[in-house]
Amino acid sequence: MSLSDAEVRKIAWLARIEIKEDAIAAYGRDLSGILDLIEQMNAADTSAVTPMAHPLAQAQRLRPDVVTEENQRDLFQSLAPQVESRLYLVPKVIE
Amino acid sequence: MGIVKNFLLRMHNQTIAELSAGLKAGEYSSLELTERFLSRIRQYGEQLNCFVTVSEERAFADADAADLARSKGQAGPLTGIPLAHKDIFCTKGIKTSCGSKMLDNFVAPYDATVVNRCRTAGMVLLGKLNMDELAMGSSNETSWYGPVKNPWDADSVPGGSSGGSAAAVAARLSPAATGTDTGGSIRQPASFCGITGLKPTYGRVSRYGMIAFASSLDQGGPMTRTAEDAALLLQVMAGFDEKDSTSVDRPVPDYRAALDAPLDGLKVGIPEEFFEHGLNPEIAARIESAIDEYRRLGARIHSISLPNMHLSVPAYYVVAPAECSANLSRYDGVRFGYRCEEPKDLADLYTRSRGEGFGAEVKRRILIGTYALSAGYYDAYYLKAQKVRHRISDDFKKAFEQVDVLVGPTAPSAAFGLGEKTGDPIAMYLSDIFTIGANLAGVPAISIPAGFVDNKPVGMQLIGDYFAEERLLNWAHRYQQATDWHTRMPQGFE
Repeated sequence: MSLSDAEVRKIAWLARIEIKEDAIAAYGRDLSGILDLIEQMNAADTSAVTPMAHPLAQAQRLRPDVVTEENQRDLFQSLAPQVESRLYLVPKVIE
Repeated sequence: MGIVKNFLLRMHNQTIAELSAGLKAGEYSSLELTERFLSRIRQYGEQLNCFVTVSEERAFADADAADLARSKGQAGPLTGIPLAHKDIFCTKGIKTSCGSKMLDNFVAPYDATVVNRCRTAGMVLLGKLNMDELAMGSSNETSWYGPVKNPWDADSVPGGSSGGSAAAVAARLSPAATGTDTGGSIRQPASFCGITGLKPTYGRVSRYGMIAFASSLDQGGPMTRTAEDAALLLQVMAGFDEKDSTSVDRPVPDYRAALDAPLDGLKVGIPEEFFEHGLNPEIAARIESAIDEYRRLGARIHSISLPNMHLSVPAYYVVAPAECSANLSRYDGVRFGYRCEEPKDLADLYTRSRGEGFGAEVKRRILIGTYALSAGYYDAYYLKAQKVRHRISDDFKKAFEQVDVLVGPTAPSAAFGLGEKTGDPIAMYLSDIFTIGANLAGVPAISIPAGFVDNKPVGMQLIGDYFAEERLLNWAHRYQQATDWHTRMPQGFE
């Protein structure tokens, strides 16, 4: 299965990863190779099988709706690239 | 006798079990022990490149605390034993990079549960170990911090993604290390470096604070030189954790107590598919010889089949990338981690932070995962892979109805050369062909040293039924009592 440059650009956008133009073809080749590997699955007859998302046959555990975390904003924000007035700064979003 | 033994078995070559006895007998203090390992790290760490961070100050503080606890009669079996963590485990106040430029500036604000448990058991933190970036790789060549060298051969890879962990333990820079295994990342480097590595049953060890790659596959585990040591470390790592919703609430047995049980009547299953796929004949011969040892120990050998084994790698390379594409979406340059310079708008912030912060293999996997989950392809890829996963899992269940343990090679080769497979992702992926099945099914598996091919270690893999860690460790330990591959030391590290 071969991916076109346009498809690579589309997937890159979905994943929000910049791929420079001169690298698109190489990524296309690598990804197409992986898809060829994956497509070996198609030979298997799985019509009678249910999907298995997880090794454990257990339901999501629930807990009481009670606050257990303490506010550690200063500690967490000490890791941020840009913070002001306890808010995380990003480039302007509104057009 | 104790003095003579101590002189002969230099401290760094002792196992955790021996060190524990030595500390208890007062032959040395944890401080002396810690200084010995730190000095070995200073001597050999750079040439192997296995440490990202060496935490000297913290190590001395931990050692002092351990010696104090011992003086008060409060020491446990692992009090004062040095340990290093794969850099995928969050360590509060200490850089946690996950081998990635994306987290090069990340100082974890909390401890992973595994880290917390080891600390509470009195273990001494030597540092954080190099690894393939974000746990994606089979050779420790994708790390932002450069490749790790195999202590047995400086031109060879140590395996991955827990390459730093395996190299550090093999070179005796730490008596033990933690690793993680999503497709073989504990077992394959253990095999390549001649040490013991166990991937527990999915859900046995908490994933809280263990940076996520593929949430339905990831599992943390011990990497040590012996099965006995793995039992001691697993004892501390394992157990239910409320903070991990995939943690299983099941009592942890006494792993050490079960180690010496005899093997009479043990039913060993050899999957015929493990010996087909053009397996290197020298590796096959080594493993067959190891299996003969089990015969001598009283086991009965049966041939079994895992008919869907050939689908493991394809299914894995849908499931793991799909889950990774979701888990890695948190790396957006906003709240922590790498941010690109002067982003012009939000889209640029995301795409350039991620484009610059991630290496090529990580990007490949995110892209494949994104594709497999995207509209129009979800059924053909992700859903299909989950059905194939079910079949692979059923194969193991059927096998364990007939036999107790499955045995085979851990990897199709011994350690390959640095740079040998970096240009061919698929060739790299195929080195996980024997390990991936256990992750897809969630069953436990261990790799133990079984000899050498071309002067490089070869590992034998034992795969057990769900929550059979106790038995796996027993079977591995009995083999290690009858053989001495696990005691060998790489040249140049004496």
